[in-house]
Amino acid sequence: MTTSMKILVSFSKTPDTTSKISFTEDGKSFNSNGITYIMNPYDEWYALVRALEIVEKNGGTVTLLHVGDASSEQLIRKGLAIGAHDAIRVDANPQSALFIARQIAAVAREEQYDLLFFGKESIDYNSSEVGAMVAELLDLPFVSYVSRLDLEGNTARLERDIEGGVEVLEVQTPFVVSAAKGLAEQRIPNMMGIMKAKSKPLKVVAPEQTPDLSTPVQFSLPAGKGSVKMISPDDMEELVRLLHEEAKVI
Amino acid sequence: MVLVFAESQQGQCKKAAFEAVTYGSQTARLLGTQCAALTLGDASNTGHLGRYGADKVFNISHHSLEHFDSQLYTAAIAGAAEQLGATTIVLAHTATGKSLLGRLAVRLNAGSVSGAKGLPKVQGANLMLSKGVFSGKAIATYEINSAMKVISIAGNELKPMETGSDLPVEAIQVQLPNPRVKVLEVRRQEGIVPLPEAEIVVSAGRGMKGPENWGIVEDLAREIGATTACSRPVADAHWRPHHEHVGQTGVAIRPNLYVAIGISGAIQHLAGVNQSKTIVVINKDPEAPFFKAADYGVVGDLFEVVPKLTAAVKKFKAG
Repeated sequence: MTTSMKILVSFSKTPDTTSKISFTEDGKSFNSNGITYIMNPYDEWYALVRALEIVEKNGGTVTLLHVGDASSEQLIRKGLAIGAHDAIRVDANPQSALFIARQIAAVAREEQYDLLFFGKESIDYNSSEVGAMVAELLDLPFVSYVSRLDLEGNTARLERDIEGGVEVLEVQTPFVVSAAKGLAEQRIPNMMGIMKAKSKPLKVVAPEQTPDLSTPVQFSLPAGKGSVKMISPDDMEELVRLLHEEAKVI
Repeated sequence: MVLVFAESQQGQCKKAAFEAVTYGSQTARLLGTQCAALTLGDASNTGHLGRYGADKVFNISHHSLEHFDSQLYTAAIAGAAEQLGATTIVLAHTATGKSLLGRLAVRLNAGSVSGAKGLPKVQGANLMLSKGVFSGKAIATYEINSAMKVISIAGNELKPMETGSDLPVEAIQVQLPNPRVKVLEVRRQEGIVPLPEAEIVVSAGRGMKGPENWGIVEDLAREIGATTACSRPVADAHWRPHHEHVGQTGVAIRPNLYVAIGISGAIQHLAGVNQSKTIVVINKDPEAPFFKAADYGVVGDLFEVVPKLTAAVKKFKAG
């Protein structure tokens, strides 16, 4: 049995994984000079692609949602080129996970989505909070760290990565899901997709105002390691001695 | 009051729960208040959370709490926080804790910090907390300015400390919604310490040349008491299972000892492992970037060096 699905995929904009991270001299803000931005890998590679696979099989639409300023439009077009049907951008510079979650929930309340997809975390602030927050704001079930999702009608069977194992669950739509590695395979947009993306609808909406209860106020770089101590490949007993007596880790 | 949600399975608490209670009790001292530990479901062996500094141990027992469900657990923890008058909630930064943090923050109108490192600094009514950002490439200090606060603490951040004694478990009751998620099955890999909890990790990369050569890595891991891991190219080539992939887009870990074998140390890999306390790098290429992030380095053929290291560990243990 197939049921047409209306799916919302939210993505955040993050520095490319190879980026060298630095901050302004006072440590108050991120230095974006020379940074290339990408769609957060978990959002693009796993959440968006699995959402597309579901509507390709069952019918339906995938709407891409992003909270960010106009500089993100290139990334939104990329998501449309990969296959999303339309997109919504909430025009704001997000300061906290709660702010982003409230914007997404406000958009989601306007339409009845069957599935709301997130990546398991963003690779910039690594908080893993937005999906859970949206689920709470909408009073929906939330299944996190999902590495497998199969739908039969309105019933989903999911595998959730937990420490040292996997949980197998069943839940009815609508629900919120966060995507982990393994849920899908990354897709590279093709020329046809890129051409089509140019004419797909992208709606820009104004943000809801909401107070930030928790914000980063100071950034720093981790203290660098002292110089590495080189050990002769013929003297592994010396390495073991150092690990025991100096590093005290064995 | 500081309320710590202590995760348990069939009435047994895990290391992450002991860490969270230790953290919660130290935070409570800082704030001049008490620390309560809360378990959900089976409470049979949870009284010993008192040993880790909890002043009280509570339990909510209900058949629907036997498996994790973010809505039910949120209702239970938020309900307990209201009954007990708790204003700071502490969770472990596990699959469970991370799935609850955002929900609890919304439910309690609380500011939150996810994966905190180190105890909070009290600044008036606000709390300052540091956490790793940009996948470990940087540290950010957050300020929580709301009356209610929810914190998840990074694993291996502090050693569980036994400072108290066993306590009686007090039952509390809260209103729970009907479950909407059904857990059909839990599959666990028996006998392996999960990567995020492991104190020693032995990890290998493309330098291994092929999956058939992993025996020497497994021998070392067994001898030194480590969990095995791998780099992304190795997982992508299906030489090793995906759950072993550590790095920026894999599992982020911070063990006491990380041994990297035949891994060059690309920035994406370093991001997931550079918070390890001690790093040993074994690589035949003296120019491998990983040496810059290492505490101890060995330049040599891993097929010779690793068995020698295993033998040296064996000799040390026999010792």
